[in-house]
Amino acid sequence: MGPVLAGVLQLLALIGALALAYIPLGNHMAKVYSSDRHWRVEKWIYKGIGANPDTEMRWTAYLRGVLAFSAAGVLFLYLLQRIQGVLPGSLGFSAIDPDQAFNTAVSFVTNTNWQSYYGEQAMGHVVQTAGLAVQNFVSAAVGIAVAVALVRGFARSRTGELGNFWADMVRGVTRILLPLAFVAAVVLVACGAIQNFSGIHEVGQFMGGSQQWNGGAVASQEAIKEIGTNGGGYFNANSAHPLENPTPFTNLFEIFLLLVIPFALTRTFGIMVGSVKQGYAILATMGTIWLGFVALMMWTEFAHHGPAFQLAGGAYEGKEVRFGIGGSSIFAVSTTLTSTGAVDSFHSSFTGLGGGITMLGMMLGEIAPGGTGSGLYGMLIMAIIAVFIAGLMVGRTPEYLGKKIGTREIKLAACYILITPALVLILAAAAMALPTPGNSMTNSGAHGFSEILYAYTSAANNNGSAFAGLNADTQWFNTTLGIAMLLGRFLPMVFVLALAGSLGEQKPVPVTAGTLRTEKPLFTGLLVGAILIITGLTYFPALALGPLAEGLAS
Amino acid sequence: MYLGSVLTTVFSFKDPGDWFGWAISAWLWLTVVFANLAEAVAEGRGKAQADTLRKAKTDTVARRLLEDGVEEQVPGTELKIGDLVVCEAGDIIPGDGDVVEGVASVDESAITGESAPVIRESGGDRSAVTGGTKVLSDRIVIKITTKPGETFIDRMISLVEGAARQKTPNEIALNILLASLTIVFLLAVATLPPFADYAGTHLTMVVLVALLVCLIPTTIGALLSAIGIAGMDRLVQRNVLAMSGRAVEAAGDVSTLLLDKTGTITLGNRQASEFAPVNGTTEAEVADAAQLSSLADETPEGRSIVVLAKEKYGLRERELVGAEWIAFTAQTRMSGVDVDGRGIRKGAAGSVVAWVRERGGEVAPDAQELTDRIAEAGGTPLLVAVEDTDGARVLGVIHLKDVVKEGMRERFDELRRMGIKTVMITGDNPLTAKAIAEEAGVDDFLAEATPEDKMALIKREQAGGKLVAMTGDGTNDAPALAQADVGVAMNTGTSAAKEAGNMVDLDSNPTKLIEIVEIGKQLLITRGALTTFSIANDVAKYFAIIPALFAAVYPGLDRLNIMGLSSPDSAILSAVIFNALIIIALVPLSLRGVQYRPVSADKMLRRNLTIYGIGGLVAPFIGIKLIDLLISLIPGIG
Repeated sequence: MGPVLAGVLQLLALIGALALAYIPLGNHMAKVYSSDRHWRVEKWIYKGIGANPDTEMRWTAYLRGVLAFSAAGVLFLYLLQRIQGVLPGSLGFSAIDPDQAFNTAVSFVTNTNWQSYYGEQAMGHVVQTAGLAVQNFVSAAVGIAVAVALVRGFARSRTGELGNFWADMVRGVTRILLPLAFVAAVVLVACGAIQNFSGIHEVGQFMGGSQQWNGGAVASQEAIKEIGTNGGGYFNANSAHPLENPTPFTNLFEIFLLLVIPFALTRTFGIMVGSVKQGYAILATMGTIWLGFVALMMWTEFAHHGPAFQLAGGAYEGKEVRFGIGGSSIFAVSTTLTSTGAVDSFHSSFTGLGGGITMLGMMLGEIAPGGTGSGLYGMLIMAIIAVFIAGLMVGRTPEYLGKKIGTREIKLAACYILITPALVLILAAAAMALPTPGNSMTNSGAHGFSEILYAYTSAANNNGSAFAGLNADTQWFNTTLGIAMLLGRFLPMVFVLALAGSLGEQKPVPVTAGTLRTEKPLFTGLLVGAILIITGLTYFPALALGPLAEGLAS
Repeated sequence: MYLGSVLTTVFSFKDPGDWFGWAISAWLWLTVVFANLAEAVAEGRGKAQADTLRKAKTDTVARRLLEDGVEEQVPGTELKIGDLVVCEAGDIIPGDGDVVEGVASVDESAITGESAPVIRESGGDRSAVTGGTKVLSDRIVIKITTKPGETFIDRMISLVEGAARQKTPNEIALNILLASLTIVFLLAVATLPPFADYAGTHLTMVVLVALLVCLIPTTIGALLSAIGIAGMDRLVQRNVLAMSGRAVEAAGDVSTLLLDKTGTITLGNRQASEFAPVNGTTEAEVADAAQLSSLADETPEGRSIVVLAKEKYGLRERELVGAEWIAFTAQTRMSGVDVDGRGIRKGAAGSVVAWVRERGGEVAPDAQELTDRIAEAGGTPLLVAVEDTDGARVLGVIHLKDVVKEGMRERFDELRRMGIKTVMITGDNPLTAKAIAEEAGVDDFLAEATPEDKMALIKREQAGGKLVAMTGDGTNDAPALAQADVGVAMNTGTSAAKEAGNMVDLDSNPTKLIEIVEIGKQLLITRGALTTFSIANDVAKYFAIIPALFAAVYPGLDRLNIMGLSSPDSAILSAVIFNALIIIALVPLSLRGVQYRPVSADKMLRRNLTIYGIGGLVAPFIGIKLIDLLISLIPGIG
């Protein structure tokens, strides 16, 4: 079996598995967020945090919940790292420096999981498990909660009430993420990932010398790392590390895990707005972009010219032979099109164009299928923009799912789409213009620029993957990337929730033959086009000077 | 835009030997000129109309009536609300008001363009007069209802001039989106110099401004207000005055149309369609008697009986000698003729039956059946009876029918395809209403409609999220006109109705509501189509400019020069020139509006996306290439 065929077969198996999970998981999530019963363990949690899970919240209250909860998370995680030196089970690691602690705290709370540290050389068991792993769950649950609030805004009318943040967040953890992560962790352990609290082992190498191996609760963190589209690896090598991702099967399984919730949420959305077809249209949009990117990536990686590539049968540099070019390409595209940012290969070593594809994937705003929750709300914002332009072309005030897209709605959507380009471009330009940040580049020329562009793209879009090569543990990068992650996560949430509030207050417009049908393929095509053109226009000059310059040179 | 032009010009001055900087600045200035041109052309059209209107508004002298009945001469500009003024034949009416005394024929051509005079009389629904129109006969006393300077004609002038134009909600929303796109492109261009410096090439200000101007949505930005003005203008050309742009836009969103039956769906009058004989008589006999009785009847119904008799039975009009005509009165409820010893009557069933019985005649037993059948079919039965040597008897029944205007069914089908529901409003009984509704093909009807019923219907539709449009003319229509999202008042109507509606139809043609909806839709479509076109254009401009800027440092980027433009300078210049010329090229389209056909939203989207989306992607590739071919012929550039 040739490597191309292997890649295609893996892709087909992946699509099959996602298709099987789509309806049950989507239905389950819709039920979770529509139910008015609380589990006993949830009641304890509500009592513990002093929240009333039954009050309906307006968007401002919902937002206060999101921000307060996340701020507490950042603070806790920061302190935990700062006092690591005196914590038990720290494997002898000392406290983390303030700028790196800030960066890491923000990184995990924003579901970015950018890591400027080496997991096995800096973080002990307590920080990894009680700090980072906890945020892996709750930051994902916060994302889904905000998406659900927006969906409620579409589904409800004549009310500003969007549900209860605490109930949505807690249920996301207890009823969706924990059960899934448990099953996934068992599967990973069965396939060879480790799960223990042992210390550091010195292991002799075949070629002489020795290396260190850490123990740790790896499988459990690996599971939620993918399911919650987090991406922060236990080890620095992330999913390329054999103890995180031992076999080609676990590789495919991990790709499945990181895609399954974002895709299935479109079903949840369809059910909650009362038309599963609308959910399918969004799914089709996400699926088209994802599949297109996978195909492009496989093409660039397999068909690269040059004697070394031809000898190896493709662009093997930086990829694990275990996973092959196919598996690595699917992983790379999936991790950058979701907000995961886990890597099983070095994106920096992909071909120039391949590296560009990973960047473009993040630049789309991570909406195909995107992060848990954030993918859905990001895509719905793009749908609003597309509906606005297309809606005018059918001669009516644009409307989506029965809600008019008026001045206020378009204002909020426009603010949303401005944030990440502003963060990426301004911070990258500042890094290039200032004398010191450039010293962190490993490479010169277009590839060096790609390292910096990739870093800000990854942070502002809450992806968290790194291009490798950039020494990001400097004060400048820890701070600016931290700011990019923080603003890139919470400013959009402000606009999404405000939008949800304004949509929820509207009365619905009935569907007539004059209404733009947003569940038809024509609209899906339009949406794909709008996303590609708007993103393309924003980033084309920057991409031209980085990956395009490199990729087209050979 | 101005800023960009000024900047490039300043930089060109700093480096006067640089032809490229000069050429770019020149074209940027042209872009500014073209952008303003579009709006100026649109406004120019309105100005011409405003001038015509101003002529009608020449200062008039009003004859104010004081309480003691004495008249005094005051300038029209000094009138106050509530003043009584007198107008006689030849006078120009000094201000808007209601006739409180007298009847007069008035020439309203100054505002409607219609030369046939109209009747204005006190009381009723035809009491409103408009300042600037001319009394042709008789004397009327008018109570002034508007302040000078705020009259109908003043509002009309400011409307067509565009002075009173406010941005509509959709226009504001579109502006916000365009502004955010502008910021995105500003970011993309402003962050480029540090990236380029790192790559080893320095970008001049001229080049950056050129890139920015090409990318920001100048095309649609320049045409946006022209599209709005032109939309209003299209309404004015159809003799409709929209009091706000918001109403025009709302017209595009309308999903329920309330249409008055009479005058809109049916011709104003009933017409004879059939002569139905009772047992023992023939159709020809009925036709003959009906025609005789109607020869002197000048009502439209009477004329239609004569016409039907001629068309169907070949009965010519005859001169009757010594005939005594019996005219219709509200008491007798019948008309007819006595001639040659024969008496013929036609009229309402009850009256004619009574007439026959009085004369000892008998009523054929099936006469009742015939009248019932006609009433059920939505018609009005007229009984025809005769008294001659054989005694008095009923001959038959004339079927008077509401005639649905030609082409209405197709019109309603079109509306249905556009997703608009039509509701017929009529004072008829439900039976008649149903029959006519079915014949005309409307979706629903409201029979025996009172103003309260209308109001309730509008509120019910609006509660379901629908936008409702209606026409009206009477004072009792005013609340409903105000409640409707689009209320079109007939110019012949009362001033209360005109105040309440947000549009006035100067032709007083209720069918025009359909055209108004189409104009509203066309306005939105034009905006959407040109926005799509403008954004899609940018793709090609990148392909022209980016390789031009960076192929020198990264030769691989020359592969992006898929148009094969001859040199970096000519590539950038071509993109700038294309950007300017496309504005001019689209001015006619923005003034005329995108072609509108009443089809479903899906078909419309497919069509417009193909033309303006895909067309917008492809057109600039061709345009820029052609301009580049021309430019490269200029020595020293290519």
